[in-house]
Amino acid sequence: MEGCRLQPYLAEAALICRMQSVRYAAKFEFLDEIRDFVGEIARQGGFGDKDVYNIQLATDEAASNIIEHAYDGIRDGVLDLSCGMEKDVMTIILIDYGIPFDPSAIPMPNLKADLSERKIGGLGIFLMRKLMDEVHYDPRPDKSNVLTMIKRKR
Amino acid sequence: MEITVQEFKHCDMITIKGRVDSSTAPQLAQALESANDGGKYKLVVNMADLEYMSSAGFRALLAAQRNSKRYNRGEVVLAAVPERIREALELAGFTELFKTFDDSLLAVGHF
Repeated sequence: MEGCRLQPYLAEAALICRMQSVRYAAKFEFLDEIRDFVGEIARQGGFGDKDVYNIQLATDEAASNIIEHAYDGIRDGVLDLSCGMEKDVMTIILIDYGIPFDPSAIPMPNLKADLSERKIGGLGIFLMRKLMDEVHYDPRPDKSNVLTMIKRKR
Repeated sequence: MEITVQEFKHCDMITIKGRVDSSTAPQLAQALESANDGGKYKLVVNMADLEYMSSAGFRALLAAQRNSKRYNRGEVVLAAVPERIREALELAGFTELFKTFDDSLLAVGHF
């Protein structure tokens, strides 16, 4: 299948093979391409404009967190992005090889806090959770960190 | 992303075109900071031609709002916020922190 590179370190190789995968340098300048990549698959999969935007936003937030935190102070990091539709379910998998960064350990931002109290940290993760149906984070013994996000078509 | 700054009698308008993400947000933050550094605290952010904004952009807006509102010297207001971006701002609880106007000139008239 075109665009499919089997990731030997993934138990979900069979699933991955029905997905398209691209490896990006972990740099903010590739966020545009990352959004285009997932946006195109979402559109082809039949998601409407609003869902396409939100899938792009969630993926951008996930990738930005990896670049900023998982690869904090690390040059030449890479980010493996896989994306595919299976029936009405879109699965997006982001894999990095940096510092494990568990989204569930990040407290939810206080959205009612006033201006001076408002913290911006954790907002990206909050948006990912709100915009997608499922978000799972799996730091693996082989030092890869696997973030899986799922969006269902309604 | 492209940023233009227009001076009005009672405020400055910062127009953002294109997409704001972690790659381009520093430019937005810098434009807002240099307005503040120049003593401009009454700011309209015109989003009419904005296609996309991630939380990196929200962070830049929040910093500018905090700085502008200090000592009651001004505020940042948002104009012509596209629907998708408004929804994301709402989700993040940001719509309570910024006055929003349907039209950039209405926003200018607010000051």
